[in-house]
Amino acid sequence: MSREHKVRIKTLLVVLVMVLCANIGDLLLKSGMTHVGAVEISAEGLSETLRLAMFNSTIWLGIFFLVGFVASYMTVMSWADYSYVMPVGAFGYAVNTLLARIFLHETVSLQRWVGVFIICVGVLLVGQTKPATVSNPPV
Amino acid sequence: MIRNLLAFTLFIACGTGGEILISIGMKATGEPGSFRPLDLFRFLLKAIRNGWFWLGLPMMAISFYTLLILLSWNPISLVIPISSMSYVLGALGAKYILKEEVSVSRWTGVLLVSVGVLIVATS
Repeated sequence: MSREHKVRIKTLLVVLVMVLCANIGDLLLKSGMTHVGAVEISAEGLSETLRLAMFNSTIWLGIFFLVGFVASYMTVMSWADYSYVMPVGAFGYAVNTLLARIFLHETVSLQRWVGVFIICVGVLLVGQTKPATVSNPPV
Repeated sequence: MIRNLLAFTLFIACGTGGEILISIGMKATGEPGSFRPLDLFRFLLKAIRNGWFWLGLPMMAISFYTLLILLSWNPISLVIPISSMSYVLGALGAKYILKEEVSVSRWTGVLLVSVGVLIVATS
């Protein structure tokens, strides 16, 4: 197995963890924030939302997953290109659409599925490029 | 509508800016020794002692709080796809700030992702 191939496999695995953490985290936050209610933009509105959100365990679980997302993001960014990780991570939109359909029971139109398909083609194109092109970091 | 537009702008600009700053910090940190928990922990500890990280983090935090607000106003399957408008902005930042090689097929992929996202966002 060539070195570039190994780097690609390693990068894609960490991106997978990253995407799953981000999507599960977002889903939990959405579910928690729906429970808290629409945010009113005023001093009282914001502090009331913050107070309610702080005592919501779903939001905390969401934050836990988003911390996992940040940790895996930092890990993969230590070797891989930003312009590789970012678009490849877009396959999360497919995961997101599936999760929203299955768990939040949101209706997913045919147009949205077409968009998700095009995103996936883009992800495949970027996925086969070289994951790390910068040998001398800018700093 | 206008408050949504403002919030989305803040969400995308701070998100991309923060990610680019953290990317600089992580390249300076270097790869973790292995994927064992202790090595990963040491690696993350080293990373957070980097100044770039502390520049990027507040920007990502602003982006995150804006996301919380956006999620309370809109369905998740609208919010998340629109957020990926930042993909083209991010690729430009990667090329000109991070000096990454953005090849033709990478650009094509990034543009397809954006087009896909636009289709999703208008559905």
